[in-house]
Amino acid sequence: MVLQLHVTRDQRKMTIGTKLREVSWSMVILICMVASIGFAVLYSAAHGSADPWMDRQMARFGVGLVLMLCVAMVDLRQLMKIAYPLYAISFVLLIYVDVAGHTGMGATRWIDLKFIQLQPSEVMKIALVLSLARYFHGKTYEDIGRPHYLIIPILMALLPTGLVLKQPDLGTACMLMMVAGAMFFAAGVRWWKFALVIAVAVAGGYYAWHAPNLLHDYQRNRILTFLDPEADALGTGYHITQSKIALGSGGLFGKGFMQGSQSHLDFLPEHQTDFIFTTFAEEFGMVGGVVLLGLYSLLVLYGVVIALRSRSHFGRLVAFGLAANLFLYFFINTAMVMGLIPVVGVPLPLISYGGTAMITVMVGFGLIMSVYIHRDMRLGRRSDEE
Amino acid sequence: MNKQQSQTLQRVFSRRVALLGAGQLALVSTLIGRMYYLQVVEADKYRMLSDENRISRRLLPPSRGLILDRFGVPLASNFPNYRAMLVAEQTTDLEQTLEDFSRLVPMTERERTKLMRERARNRAFMPITVKEDLTWEQVAQVELNLPDLPGISIDVDQKRYYPFGGITSHILGYVASVSENDLTQDADPLLQLPGFRIGRNGLEKQYDMPLRGKAGESQLEVNSVGRVIRELARQEGVPGADLVTTLDIGLQQFAHQRLASEEAGAAVVMDIFNGDVLALASTPSYDPAAFYRGLTSNEWQELSSDMYGPLTNKATAGQYPPGSTFKIVTALAALKAGISPQATVFCSGVTTLGNARFHCWRKEGHGTQAMTDALKNSCDCYFYEMGRRIGIDAIADMARTFGLGLSEGLDLPGEKNGLIPDRAWKKATMGESWHQGETLVNAIGQGFVQATPLQLCVMVSRLANGGYGVKPHLMRPVSESDQAKVEGPSPYPSLGIDSDFLQIVRTGMDRVSNEERGTAFHSRITIPGMELAGKTGSAQVRRISMAERSRGVRKNEDLPWNQRDHALFVCFAPVHAPRYGCCVVVEHGGGGSAVAAPIARDIMIECQRRDPARRNPNAEGGRNEMP
Repeated sequence: MVLQLHVTRDQRKMTIGTKLREVSWSMVILICMVASIGFAVLYSAAHGSADPWMDRQMARFGVGLVLMLCVAMVDLRQLMKIAYPLYAISFVLLIYVDVAGHTGMGATRWIDLKFIQLQPSEVMKIALVLSLARYFHGKTYEDIGRPHYLIIPILMALLPTGLVLKQPDLGTACMLMMVAGAMFFAAGVRWWKFALVIAVAVAGGYYAWHAPNLLHDYQRNRILTFLDPEADALGTGYHITQSKIALGSGGLFGKGFMQGSQSHLDFLPEHQTDFIFTTFAEEFGMVGGVVLLGLYSLLVLYGVVIALRSRSHFGRLVAFGLAANLFLYFFINTAMVMGLIPVVGVPLPLISYGGTAMITVMVGFGLIMSVYIHRDMRLGRRSDEE
Repeated sequence: MNKQQSQTLQRVFSRRVALLGAGQLALVSTLIGRMYYLQVVEADKYRMLSDENRISRRLLPPSRGLILDRFGVPLASNFPNYRAMLVAEQTTDLEQTLEDFSRLVPMTERERTKLMRERARNRAFMPITVKEDLTWEQVAQVELNLPDLPGISIDVDQKRYYPFGGITSHILGYVASVSENDLTQDADPLLQLPGFRIGRNGLEKQYDMPLRGKAGESQLEVNSVGRVIRELARQEGVPGADLVTTLDIGLQQFAHQRLASEEAGAAVVMDIFNGDVLALASTPSYDPAAFYRGLTSNEWQELSSDMYGPLTNKATAGQYPPGSTFKIVTALAALKAGISPQATVFCSGVTTLGNARFHCWRKEGHGTQAMTDALKNSCDCYFYEMGRRIGIDAIADMARTFGLGLSEGLDLPGEKNGLIPDRAWKKATMGESWHQGETLVNAIGQGFVQATPLQLCVMVSRLANGGYGVKPHLMRPVSESDQAKVEGPSPYPSLGIDSDFLQIVRTGMDRVSNEERGTAFHSRITIPGMELAGKTGSAQVRRISMAERSRGVRKNEDLPWNQRDHALFVCFAPVHAPRYGCCVVVEHGGGGSAVAAPIARDIMIECQRRDPARRNPNAEGGRNEMP
């Protein structure tokens, strides 16, 4: 295992140089490998050209890599300190996009900051993980067993989810809910409470489906399309049908690099963003797909092991929450393009063309690394406490 | 928080993370399973679907075979149709381009609206037709100005073209659009092509399959909106086979134009030995190009209700009482029945049978007539007597031997059988027994008996060729051995008629044309070596009542057109070394000797001048002599 046990020492006084040496470089290499696969697919998707996607994606990855290392240097105590303010800022931004955001792809999601189009919902994913970790840090197992202790974290998760759902961005809303759920579970919330919530959710879902005006028609259609996409091959089901054709025709070993006819001939929509996994699997087949899923799983495993290794509860929860986030990202995306779950707009981390997703994913890795670097740091109940 | 509490938390955390990890592992396994299903189990299905997505098959229509006359003159050919096409996405300003284009090639308002409709219906990169049938000057002008006409291009497509128009329309037929009915009967994918046309009549219909050829196919790689990326494979089609007919278009043209001096009629000329149909004219005719572009219902109404029957090929589908031309058959039947050609019959102008009176066409009568006299004068009374003596069945038997009463098997659709009546026929169709009076009427080619001009031509040809069962045909044999037969003796079996009998009838016909007071003496050929021998016929189409006969029979000129007699003439030439047989029928033309014989004479002169049967069709220069 790459993670070795280090002699405990005072991590509060580490220099930047020491920290850099402590960075899990094997994880960095893993990240670069996945990103490189992304570059190759973008190159192929543009019919063998770096323009217009690959070159920009590389630049973003470069920025992301630097950002990741910077974040990795940040002390866990600092992270605890900024958790709530960051959450507050994200929350305000979410309200802001709801009110006066920029409309893209039929949904209001972005704030145009000129140099980057900021998606507050992406920032919220990180802010939520940090603030839930901050909240559960210092709570005892008994505390968590008391229902009133859960009111605040539940609101913490539900409020932004509601806002994101209103945008409407079903994919991100689901991810926020599931990340929060995973953290609640890891933090020790009792089993029966989950059972209760699931029962209520099923009942609520049933009600929502039948109640008028609660779901957008396109969301309803997406669910229906998922159930039987071939029924409307040129309409709503087009994405999924074409995606399955592209995937299936790739076969075991794929059609070869740059030979993916379906994505090259524009049968596959969004083949550089949400459906990029299809582009990849058409050209590299099941073998390529399994390798890529393996790399992602390995990255998730790194996050989980780092969480288990952390001595602080805050660190554990942050690393675990972000690992769960990464897992949900790639699972939802790949399951979606394979026609296993409804089409929701979730990009494939590190590979899909797009700025915000790349930056937030890299910041997420940075935070996981920070937890790793500061794994032996003990934190008090509050951020400024011993 | 004490140490124990924090250890509890850590324990719970580790356990639950392990649980979630196991869950994640299960989910990833699901993904891999799904990939296995899609990419391995179902791979073939999706690979096929992916090719269907990617490859668009386009049919390449083969060019239709030509139809040529015996000397290689094209009768049906393919005419390049220069079209101006427009690709909307290549224009900067569609309106402006059209404006500039119409300054070079004028466009009607209708063409413009049609174009805009097409534009709206098709994707921007699909070529749409701006204007068809451009002239050479227009093509040159457009080509010259192409840089100023973004989006415009010129392309060529093929149109069926009949250079001789109505002169050949009854033989060639025409091609026309495919109907729903054709699609259900014929699975050839070519029929699905927009604008494809199939043979609808005449040789175009009869030989549609060989003329059509086989479609080629081009496999194109297309993207999701149908834009062609590149051609993956191309399989050229097989062009349709050319048909060489037996026609001599020069003679056909002449016959048609000569016949056109009358309202309606038909003329057939054939080689008496090998059955080559050299000319097969029927007037009036129609313009095959009108059928190509499709008739309006008005045009169709007009054509189909025209009393002169322009849509009917009268040469093969027109059935007429043969009138006196049938006396050839009656004479032969009499000879075969043992009647001596020297035996005479006295013609007083009328023959009585019981209470019935049968009139000769010459009120005053012909006096004493032997067989060749009776032929020369076309004496009805003589043939009444012959009929009375030998009976209808002997006449019918001889008629069938000479090709009447059954279709000749010419390779044209719509040929009619004519009708040769006998006792059995009358019993079967009318349930009545035969009356002797009917024998008399039918012996002179009136009554029930009917024949097509083609059949009458075959009849006279079989007489002239020495009694061989020649059959007419329109397609020229192409093999070497078949060619040899063209010059040799008739390849057809003998009919078993005594050659003396044939000679007697031929002599009678010689006298018709070449002896003074013969019924066709005024239409004889005076050019030495080209003389013809013929037989006139005037077929009555109305009944002449006793009252009218006593008042005096009305002259044809005084009757409405459709009550006048049909004028007929059959002949062969040259009289002493026959090669060509001919039949001319002028519908309601009046008298055979006055109307049909002169036309036949002119056709026969032209025919012998051209002498198509003896001119080697494959010889150099054959084509140069064409008009």
